[in-house]
Amino acid sequence: MSLSRKEVEHIAALVRLELSDAELDLFQHQLSSILDHVKSLQGLDTRGVEPTSGILSAQSRLREDVPNVGLKKAEVLLNAKHKKGDQFRVPPVFGARDE
Amino acid sequence: MSELTALEVRELIPLLSAGKISSLELTRAFLERIQSLEGSLHAFITLTPELALEQATRADQQWSKAGSGPLPPLLGLPIVVKDVLSVKGVRCTCGSRILEDYTPPFTATSVQRLLEAGVVVLGKTNTDEFAMGSSTENSAFGVTHNPWDLSRVPGGSSGGSAAAVAGRLAPAGLGTDTGGSVRQPASFCGISGLKPTYGRVSRYGLIAYGSSLDSVGVLAHSAEDIAALFPLMAGYDPRDATSAQEPIEPISLQAREILKGVRVGVPEEYFREGLQKDVENAVRTAIAKMESLGAEIRAVNLPHTEFALPVYYLIAPAEASANLARFDGIRFGMQPDADTLLERFVQARSQGFGPEVKRRIMLGTYALSAGYYESFYRQAQKVRTLIKRDFEDAFRGVDVIAAPVAPTTAFQIGGHSGDPLAMYLEDIYTLPANLAGIPALAFPVGFDGAGLPIGMQLMGRPFAENQLLESVHVFQQHTDWHRKTPPAR
Repeated sequence: MSLSRKEVEHIAALVRLELSDAELDLFQHQLSSILDHVKSLQGLDTRGVEPTSGILSAQSRLREDVPNVGLKKAEVLLNAKHKKGDQFRVPPVFGARDE
Repeated sequence: MSELTALEVRELIPLLSAGKISSLELTRAFLERIQSLEGSLHAFITLTPELALEQATRADQQWSKAGSGPLPPLLGLPIVVKDVLSVKGVRCTCGSRILEDYTPPFTATSVQRLLEAGVVVLGKTNTDEFAMGSSTENSAFGVTHNPWDLSRVPGGSSGGSAAAVAGRLAPAGLGTDTGGSVRQPASFCGISGLKPTYGRVSRYGLIAYGSSLDSVGVLAHSAEDIAALFPLMAGYDPRDATSAQEPIEPISLQAREILKGVRVGVPEEYFREGLQKDVENAVRTAIAKMESLGAEIRAVNLPHTEFALPVYYLIAPAEASANLARFDGIRFGMQPDADTLLERFVQARSQGFGPEVKRRIMLGTYALSAGYYESFYRQAQKVRTLIKRDFEDAFRGVDVIAAPVAPTTAFQIGGHSGDPLAMYLEDIYTLPANLAGIPALAFPVGFDGAGLPIGMQLMGRPFAENQLLESVHVFQQHTDWHRKTPPAR
């Protein structure tokens, strides 16, 4: 199963990666060969088989809806390089930076 | 080697609790050994000598004050922690450039419980980036070397913890196992490693890779050593929604001297083409040893074993692609200056992630994308059900299942570079336990012609960690593979 270069570019855009030409070549080749291997599953008859999405999902339960102590604001912001007061600061979604 | 660093957990605990050695002298001995060997092994990403000495000093003070009163069970015992588990105030990189400067504001539950039991943290160990790999070569912070042969990999992704324990830089280490990342490095380094049942040990504070597969485990010299740590880490944690509520039963290692009554299943699917001859021979000899100790050996079938690799390499990357979406360059990790939000995302991720991580998030996103979801991701989840059922069927007739850990012994550094699929094949025998969520314990059973360690694993029913530890303890009472040490350095 071979991925086209255009498909690889499309996936890279979806996962927010900018790839060099060399990376695009490499991943096109490597992902194609991995997909070749994993497609062996497609021949298997799984009609009537329930998918497994988690191991203990049948047991999961809700906790009591009571507030508990979380991180302090300073801890939440500890690793942020761009911030303003108690908030994360991000570049504008569109257009030029507004300083 | 200082005599202290030659000692194992089972020997150190009674010495510490009797006050025959202090935590400070023990911690200093390990730090000195790390200093002399880290240059050749490179087992660590971050060393924490100041933290360790402070914790050791506090442990010794606690010991002095306790008098004849009860002491925390591991008081003063030094350990190492894989650098994907959060320790408050200590940077946690996950082996990735994107987290090079990240300092977690909280501690993982698994680590926190051991700290409450008295351990001292010597440092954070090397790992494949975000635990994606089988050799620890995918780390952004350099390659870890196998103490048995420095030209070879220690396995991965918990290769730093495995090399540290095998090289006697620490008596025990924490690792994580999503597809074999505790067991395979334990096998390559000639030590023991437990992957618990999914949900048995809290994942809180573990930076997520494959959320339905990730488990936190222990690497040490023997089942007995692992049994000293594991029950203290395990058990329900309200901070992990998938944490299991099953009670932790005490482990009774002294209860059995032989394996009478233990039915050991041997799946022929694990002994096919691709298995190195020395590995097969050592594993079969170990199974015969178990039989001579009273175990009943039975053939079992796990017919969907060959599909574990394709199932895993769809499900794990799919989960990874979702988990790693949080690395957006806004709240933590690499946060480049950029003119727009999109540029910030793209720059942080393109500069911060290494090639294996990029490969897996692309593969996972592809498998989840419109048009491929049913034929790839959904189909993989269905085959996962078949693999899980294989084990349920097999465990109706046997108590544990014995198999090799990896098809080969430790390979040369660079041996699989450029061929991700060849690297993935290293995991074929370890992936099924993660997909089924069952516990598995790897332990050494011999050496190949080149003098490299060979590992075997026992897989058990869900929550049967104690049975695995007790059975392997019996085996280790009658063998000495786990007492072998790498060439002196």
